[in-house]
Amino acid sequence: MTTDTHTAVTTQVYRVYIKATPQAIWDAITKPEWNERYGYPGRSEFDLRPGGAFRAIAGPQAQAMGMPELLVEGEVVEADPPRRLVQTWHPLWDEEIAAESPTRVTWDIEEDDGGVTRLTVTHELENAPVTAAQVTSTARLHEGGGGWVMILSDLKTLLETGSSFDS
Amino acid sequence: MTDDDRVFKALADPTRRHLLDRLFERDGRTLSELESELEMTRFGVMKHLRVLEDAGLVVTRRSGREKLHFLNPVPIRLIHDRWIDKYRERQVSALAELKTELEEELA
Repeated sequence: MTTDTHTAVTTQVYRVYIKATPQAIWDAITKPEWNERYGYPGRSEFDLRPGGAFRAIAGPQAQAMGMPELLVEGEVVEADPPRRLVQTWHPLWDEEIAAESPTRVTWDIEEDDGGVTRLTVTHELENAPVTAAQVTSTARLHEGGGGWVMILSDLKTLLETGSSFDS
Repeated sequence: MTDDDRVFKALADPTRRHLLDRLFERDGRTLSELESELEMTRFGVMKHLRVLEDAGLVVTRRSGREKLHFLNPVPIRLIHDRWIDKYRERQVSALAELKTELEEELA
C-alpha cells in the first residue's frame, strides 16, 4: 500500500487521441525535423537503442532568453518502434531542477478505431518535485509554462492540420 | 458522439466535476479512496468514472493489484483551444477595433 500511494503521488499520465498512424506519431516524437515543430522551441535527438543518448537542445530563441543549450538529457531505455519508447529525462534548465533525480518517461502508441491512434505519456517523477511541478504547469506558453498538456495538444494539432500553434 | 461531445457531457455533471477536482488535488487514486469522499455507492462512483474515462478525462493505470485513476487534462486544453481561445480573441480584437475607431473620431 505504501508503495502504491507513493507511485500515485509521483506519477503523471497524459493521453491524447490523434488522427494519424502510429508510425507518424513515432516519427513526430523521435525525429528532430518533426519534434522541433511543436512544443517548446528546440529539437530532441534520440539514439534509438537501449543505452542510447537523448538530448533536448534549446532553439536560438530560448537560448537568447538565457536557457542553456542542453535543456534535457537522458538515456533511451527501450525503443520498440512504433509502439513504445521508454527514456530517462533529466531537465537541466536551472540549478534547482538539475540537482533532482533523473525522471522516466514512457511513450505508448496504440492504434484505436477509425485511423485514430492513442498516445499515452507516463512520467514517473520520483524524488523530483520541482520537475513534477514544472511539467504539470498550466501557465500559457509565453509565460514559460505549458508542460505536457501543451506539448501533446500542439503535437496533435501539427499532425492533424500540418501546422502548430506558433506557425 | 464526437470527442468534444463526450467531454462536454462528462463535464455537465457536478459529481464528475467533483471527482476531477479531487484528482486535481491529488492524482493517482484508487476507487476506494475516491468513493470514501463521496456520498454515493461504489457502483455510482464507478459509473461516473467510466464516463470520465470514455471522455479521456481520466486515465487508469495498474499498480500492483490496484487500479489508479489519473486526471488527464489534455482534452480540457483541446476544448479550451477550440471553444474558448477563439471567442476570446474575437472579443479582444473587437475591443481593439473600438479603441481605434474612438481614437480616430477624436483625432
